[in-house]
Amino acid sequence: MDSIYEALVNIVGKEYVSNQPEELYIYSFDLGTAEPCQPQYVVSPRATEHIQGIVRLANKEKIPIVPLGGGLSLAGLAVPLKGGILLDLKRMDSIIEVNENARYAVVECGVSQGQLTSYLEKNYPRLTHSEPGAPPAATLAGNVMIHGQGDLAQPYGFNSDLVNGLEVVLPTGEVCHIGSVAIGAGWFTNHPLPDVGLFLGWCGTTGIITKLSIRLFPCKRIRGVGTFVLEHEDLVPEAVYKLTHTQMAEDIVAFSSAIPPFASELQQITVNIAADSEKELEFKQEILWDDTLGEYIHRGEGAYLGFVRHLQRPQISKTSDYKKGGGFEYVGSIVPIQRYPECYRKGREISERHGIPYTVTGRCVGAGHSMMFAWTFAFNRADPETIIQARKALHETDDLVLQLGGVIWKPGTYGQKLILERLDPGTKELMGKIKRLIDPNGIMNPGNWEVA
Amino acid sequence: MYTLKFDIEKCHNCQTQACLTRCQHLDIDREVAQREIRKIARGEDSFILHDCLTCYACEEYCTMGNHPFYLIVEQQEALNIPPVPRPLIQRAVNLGVPFRGEPEIGEVHGPVLNMAAFSDLIGLIQGRLFEGLTVISTDDRKMFHYFCQLMYLHYARSSVIKERLPGVINTINRHKPTDVICFHDECYGTYTSYCPAVGIDVPFTPIHFFEFLYRRLTELKEAIRPVGFKVAYQRPCSSRLSPDKHHFVRDIFELIGARYVEREYVDENALCCAGAIQGQRREGSRKRAIEMQRKNINDMKKAGAEVCIFNCPACFQTLGSLLSAEDIKPMYMSDLCRLAIGEKPMEWR
Repeated sequence: MDSIYEALVNIVGKEYVSNQPEELYIYSFDLGTAEPCQPQYVVSPRATEHIQGIVRLANKEKIPIVPLGGGLSLAGLAVPLKGGILLDLKRMDSIIEVNENARYAVVECGVSQGQLTSYLEKNYPRLTHSEPGAPPAATLAGNVMIHGQGDLAQPYGFNSDLVNGLEVVLPTGEVCHIGSVAIGAGWFTNHPLPDVGLFLGWCGTTGIITKLSIRLFPCKRIRGVGTFVLEHEDLVPEAVYKLTHTQMAEDIVAFSSAIPPFASELQQITVNIAADSEKELEFKQEILWDDTLGEYIHRGEGAYLGFVRHLQRPQISKTSDYKKGGGFEYVGSIVPIQRYPECYRKGREISERHGIPYTVTGRCVGAGHSMMFAWTFAFNRADPETIIQARKALHETDDLVLQLGGVIWKPGTYGQKLILERLDPGTKELMGKIKRLIDPNGIMNPGNWEVA
Repeated sequence: MYTLKFDIEKCHNCQTQACLTRCQHLDIDREVAQREIRKIARGEDSFILHDCLTCYACEEYCTMGNHPFYLIVEQQEALNIPPVPRPLIQRAVNLGVPFRGEPEIGEVHGPVLNMAAFSDLIGLIQGRLFEGLTVISTDDRKMFHYFCQLMYLHYARSSVIKERLPGVINTINRHKPTDVICFHDECYGTYTSYCPAVGIDVPFTPIHFFEFLYRRLTELKEAIRPVGFKVAYQRPCSSRLSPDKHHFVRDIFELIGARYVEREYVDENALCCAGAIQGQRREGSRKRAIEMQRKNINDMKKAGAEVCIFNCPACFQTLGSLLSAEDIKPMYMSDLCRLAIGEKPMEWR
């Protein structure tokens, strides 16, 4: 009898553990191009105590643990590269608290973006959250673990900047709290206690987030998307800069793609606008389209396409449906907005070299402070050659990001290697010390961010 | 190359110059109108070419059977005076490019309903009204093979229409249809007005969607129960190309007991949805579009309309949510007809 299996059954119950090949197979890959790697066990805990028990068992047995949220990070970040226990966190899906006045929600780690969206729409229609472009099954915890951004990124920044507090199971099984909740003062702020920022962006290599408090924001009665189109990529940085100056957008996304053809060779900019009244909406539209971007219309370089009421979420992930075969993976980067033209041109070259219709997207983060720029490579899941081509294109793009002076966002192992080669030695040493200290047996998502 | 049949002699003999004097967006007298239309016909610049909102109405206002709107569009292209900015033209021209392979062609040897570039609205053609009818362009990945292209009149790109339209007609004709019922009246206007005007052959008989609906409702008369709604109708720009079919709007409403409200902006005086206007190059185009929409909706409200009926999906998209916000329900004509025969359209389920 498998003693680890028995121990896991004792922790979560038989229904929530599997070592059967058909289930292990499902968890051996994600939706991107990463090579599959099978776990030995899949476990679905329901409580923080379950996770503590599993982590302690893994330490005792020196077996890896890989936490999995919605499984939508695409870059192989939750593929069990060295086997072990795959921790499927989707059962921990309670929305614990919504504080309407202080505008935050406390959720368990398996709560999905779509779940919170629908919960707020039903129960707190005056509140909303910054939902990323991923499908609604993506989890909030997974998103902050990778420094994701959502459709309120323009005014409020990265989603990981919106965290008010965390509950984390450490790699050695202890539970700790970060933020005001650490002194029993509720979940309303992440500051002003000493910074122990050890978990966000570490992709589950330093601990498992079990609960988080995320900031919510006013949800106005009218929300919609206006679209502007520019004829040349060189115009995008200036146009986005001007738009951010108005401080009237909720989200600014620029994109261009070979398919569908309407978006080909043009730069489309979508601007999410919210208002509580028609008067407020028209005031904002006049400033955004007429006063701010009107000069492009007069010069014939830009055009206003209209405003569509109601947000259609998610938006960016729809690109996965533009090519036969349903496969897509993208390289994300955080770059200065001024790099948009080069990102577009060089990304397009890479796509065309590998016979893949190009798709590029840039989401403004903050008041023009940076842009999440993504190059998407579609492939046919049934055609291994297209997967190989996409993987090559992804690796070339990882190199490109660094050449352009950007930072690869949620890099897979190839991108992590490139970053670690360039990382300041002092920083790398600090990361190594942290990792060795809190994960002495190296059980947390091994294969990712191996600095120790 | 296809050439527009525009007869300037007809303009010389015209007693009204209604094409331009009746324009809702210009304020000019007969003398100015006569001078400007002649200039346009001679290939000269005219302020009309710059100020035209491309609402199509002059095609209907012309009493001489000429084609003033097609002429304006051709000259806008010839003199490089596009009504919209360059990237909007490029985007629109790209939009109509098929990109998901060839359509499957089945020979019908009978009447067909052509969904054209609105395959995703197939939910609107369900139920007894459409029983037994073969539908073509049902795959939204391949619908641009059936796209009539006439939209490019808004973009001063007659050349694109002429280049692509024969291929579209050929695709439809490969189905071996007899009658082609056009889901959108822009298609109907293409095949019955634009094609003859520029000399493109149409080897099938186009049928207007509302004429088809009226005929089917007549056949199903026993099932009709008066709907009783107070209705307004949003007349699309392309219906100006087939004014002889516009009476079917009123005919259908009468047949199914919809109460057609009395309005200022109705029939020949209808206001377009302004969807094509908001992105134009002229200073203030976005606000102009909003003002037109406001006038149009206020007129419907004042007339007591509970429901606004649409033929055109673009009009529906442009005005639908604005109408809803004013408690006027936007609805397609086919859905209204289905209600009248006791069926529940999709949104009622």
